[in-house]
Amino acid sequence: MADDRDREEAVVAELHKKIKDAFEVFDHESNNTVDVREIGTIMRSLGCCPSEGELHDLIAEVEDEEPTGYIRFEKFLPVMTEILLQRRYRPVPEDILLRAFEVLDSTKRGFLTKEELVKYMTEEGEPFSQEEMEEMLSAAIDPDSNSIHYRDYITMMVIDEH
Amino acid sequence: MELSGGDTWPLTQDRWGRRCHRTRGQFGPFALVLCLHLLIQAPSPFALLGPAVASCGGFARTMGSGTSTQHHLAFQNAEKAFRAAALIQRWYRRHAARLEMRRRCTWSIFQSIEYAGQQDQGKLHDFFSYLMDHFTPSSHNERDFLNRMFTGEGLPQDSETERCSDYESVEVPDSYVGPRLSFPLLPAHATALVEAFRLRQQLHARYVLHLLHEAKKHLVQLPNITRVSTCYSEEVTVCGDLHGQLDDLIFIFYKNGLPSPERVYVFNGDFVDRGKDSVEILMVLFAFMLVYPKEFHLNRGNHEDHMVNLRYGFTKEVMNKYKIHGKKILRTLQDVFRWLPLATLVDEKVLILHGGVSDTTDLELLDKLDRHKIVSALWCKTREASAQQAEEKDDARPGAAERPVPWFLPQTERRAPPPSPLRPGCGAPPAGRSCGAPCGPGAPCAPCGPGAPCAPCSPGGAGLARQARRSEDLELERRGRAGLRGGGAAGHGAPLPAAEPPEPTQQEWRQVVDILWSDPMAQEGCRANTGRGGGCYFGPDVTERLLQKHNLQFLIRSHECKPEGYEFCHSRKVLTIFSASNYYEVGSNRGAYVKLGPALTPHIVQYQANKATCTLTMRQRISRVEESALRALREKLFAHSSDLLGEFKKYDAGQTGRVAPSDWAAAVEAALRLRLPWRLLRPQLAGGAEADGDGALHYRAWLAGLAQAPPSRENIQSSLLEKLYRNRSDLETIFRIIDSDHSGFISLDEFRQTWRLFSSHMNVDVADDCICDLARSIDFNKDGLIDINEFLEAFRLVEQSCSDGGNAGAGAGAGAGARAGAGAGAGAGARAGAGVGAGAR
Repeated sequence: MADDRDREEAVVAELHKKIKDAFEVFDHESNNTVDVREIGTIMRSLGCCPSEGELHDLIAEVEDEEPTGYIRFEKFLPVMTEILLQRRYRPVPEDILLRAFEVLDSTKRGFLTKEELVKYMTEEGEPFSQEEMEEMLSAAIDPDSNSIHYRDYITMMVIDEH
Repeated sequence: MELSGGDTWPLTQDRWGRRCHRTRGQFGPFALVLCLHLLIQAPSPFALLGPAVASCGGFARTMGSGTSTQHHLAFQNAEKAFRAAALIQRWYRRHAARLEMRRRCTWSIFQSIEYAGQQDQGKLHDFFSYLMDHFTPSSHNERDFLNRMFTGEGLPQDSETERCSDYESVEVPDSYVGPRLSFPLLPAHATALVEAFRLRQQLHARYVLHLLHEAKKHLVQLPNITRVSTCYSEEVTVCGDLHGQLDDLIFIFYKNGLPSPERVYVFNGDFVDRGKDSVEILMVLFAFMLVYPKEFHLNRGNHEDHMVNLRYGFTKEVMNKYKIHGKKILRTLQDVFRWLPLATLVDEKVLILHGGVSDTTDLELLDKLDRHKIVSALWCKTREASAQQAEEKDDARPGAAERPVPWFLPQTERRAPPPSPLRPGCGAPPAGRSCGAPCGPGAPCAPCGPGAPCAPCSPGGAGLARQARRSEDLELERRGRAGLRGGGAAGHGAPLPAAEPPEPTQQEWRQVVDILWSDPMAQEGCRANTGRGGGCYFGPDVTERLLQKHNLQFLIRSHECKPEGYEFCHSRKVLTIFSASNYYEVGSNRGAYVKLGPALTPHIVQYQANKATCTLTMRQRISRVEESALRALREKLFAHSSDLLGEFKKYDAGQTGRVAPSDWAAAVEAALRLRLPWRLLRPQLAGGAEADGDGALHYRAWLAGLAQAPPSRENIQSSLLEKLYRNRSDLETIFRIIDSDHSGFISLDEFRQTWRLFSSHMNVDVADDCICDLARSIDFNKDGLIDINEFLEAFRLVEQSCSDGGNAGAGAGAGAGARAGAGAGAGAGARAGAGVGAGAR
């Protein structure tokens, strides 16, 4: 029993350090706060994959009573630790992602045209900003055919991550 | 069409203006309604839905007719599409966030290595200053040695005779095909110069010297703060740091237009160092300054400083390009730099200066002081220190024999190094306490705290002071002859009395250092800039106070690299503008310049002067820069191998040869002290074969992997090499200082002496005979002289092995391509790379 507890504590301690490291990258003034707009990046780099809506709710949880535009580490740490312990907001596996693309590619050509991708990404779901759209296109699009061969794209992104 | 409930769906906007929905990850009825809302608006293939579907999801499903099945299907498809899109977006945002995190880490790496290098520079000068104060040369040789180290001017007689015939005596051979200049310069000459440099021609030393001579004549007449008005010209273009990157300057002229009476330019310092074309940039800038004196303005930056140039590559560039006349050119430049104006004021509303401000910045004082007296930020003898020394000399005469043993020689107590001249923030020293002499025997020298003495250490024994004064006298005399008065005050042409002290007051010196070295910070207040070792970090309140006091609108400064080439802070009252694109590495950042019209609204133009980067995706760009940063970091790790081993052993009591991941991170931080996110970096630094399944690291194997190739000289112990390697930037700087005639050689004796002093100060424990052996082994032709470049080649080979990721290196050294190197030792203009991201810590 004591062993289990020790192990759990060790796990939590390790998580704490991980979270602190990630947090500190954005703590420009070294005063244990980060700009609220960076919380998404921090969370996602720790392995979570929340939707924008989920992110908003989370931010509401870690914000101060009177939002200052900054999030304090003391509030962020317990919430984030819990999320990691519970393994919430897990990223989608590749095959699900592939199926998502296939849904959009209704005639099953194996690719999406640029126009189609732009339309879906900027009008459906949780729409991209123009900047996000441009960034995605720059990496995804095959300039010759002006289309996105999504299977290749996914493979490329996945390799890149590892 | 009626929608229930959901048409007032909270379509909120996040801070980036992205529309997002407050779902909880499930697509409940509200989401469906919204989905319908969108479908009906958007011209999508699913818009064959008619008004029949205009209600909550449940309704469609209950309809039984044939058309409703069609609708039902379409509706389900729509829902699926919505979900699919949301899933892809969610995944993509995570991918983008991880890229962003990598980018930030990369930047942190570069930045901390860079600033650590700058701190080293500060420490080095502590050492020299104290040395000059307290070291009693025991022989004529040693005295000369020290004199040469500190004046960098050679023996007194050289300077006099050489000065008069600076450029006239230099002959241009008929075979010279480069650009030729005739004076007074015409606009066409300046333009031709740009073109010649673009074609990679080199300007002959004679023209360089002549141009510098003319430039100085012009600069001497200028006030400390240049006033510019937008009445006469429509626009003012302000450019930031260029750092020897000629491509960026050419691009700016190409995109914005060449300087002209209608096009005012202000270049905000840091023209030189790091990049490979500092000389050419200076030539172009000075040429246009002479051609358009009213429309082309330069501010001094912290790199317009010969001491800084010794470390960061400009000195080396000059000596490489001008083997015969380089020395002369460098000496002339020393002079020219200190005559550069300190700031520019546009319409009395926008203040442009290189670094920043402090809570003691006083524009009136800055306007009036004699700027040319501030030769270097890193070493400056002030009036107080001189007076102090004169006093001491009078008092201490009989006590020469009883002087305390210099602290850097072996003794029972170790003392802290004296406070750096760059560390301000203490206020004036209390009356009566010694300012010049930092330590007495037994007294610890704390770095500046409130009330502690914090005068810059006064370098220079009697001989030096005399020499300094003599060169100043010559200067004053010459100016008197030319009918000019130096500095900002109105000139009356009367020659100055010889009694005017040549040194600045401490207050004046600090004013200048502050404006050249400070960085803005987000918090309020003003504290010492520990990152750089000079100037301060100033908060929005400091900015506000200054702007109000002088009725200004905002401040433009440079000094810090920014990923987008510019950055606003302090509620848009401070604009950082940085014009050297791809500064750390190809793809690391854009450059930018800012235009001000009569309304003084800043209009920013960004660029990246490297076609290759345009075709790279963001992902690829980040990868390249990241690889560069990691390389630099691996080098640093290698350089600390022994320390790291020591730290690892502390975590490995059972001597298993392994450490847990978290212990690895702690050990590395203890050894390197770079305050980096080691856990985030671990996969890339220590994720290879040496790691077990549980992430524990076989540390010896890992350390061995950091440097695959054995050192090429067998008779050098590896720990010695490591120590030398770690300190190679400092060593190179010292060498260049000793090698005052810039011949590229120093004597064995000088080498040994230097190393002895250096090793005591820097607490590097190396036995004397090892050094002698090393020195002898480097002296290949046994003529008693060491070629600096050959010595440093030993480090280049080591660096090469690091950068090749362990492949024993052949071919180009580590300087090729990547410029991330912690110092100038890697031959090809390596620079201490630093980070991406806003703001210094």
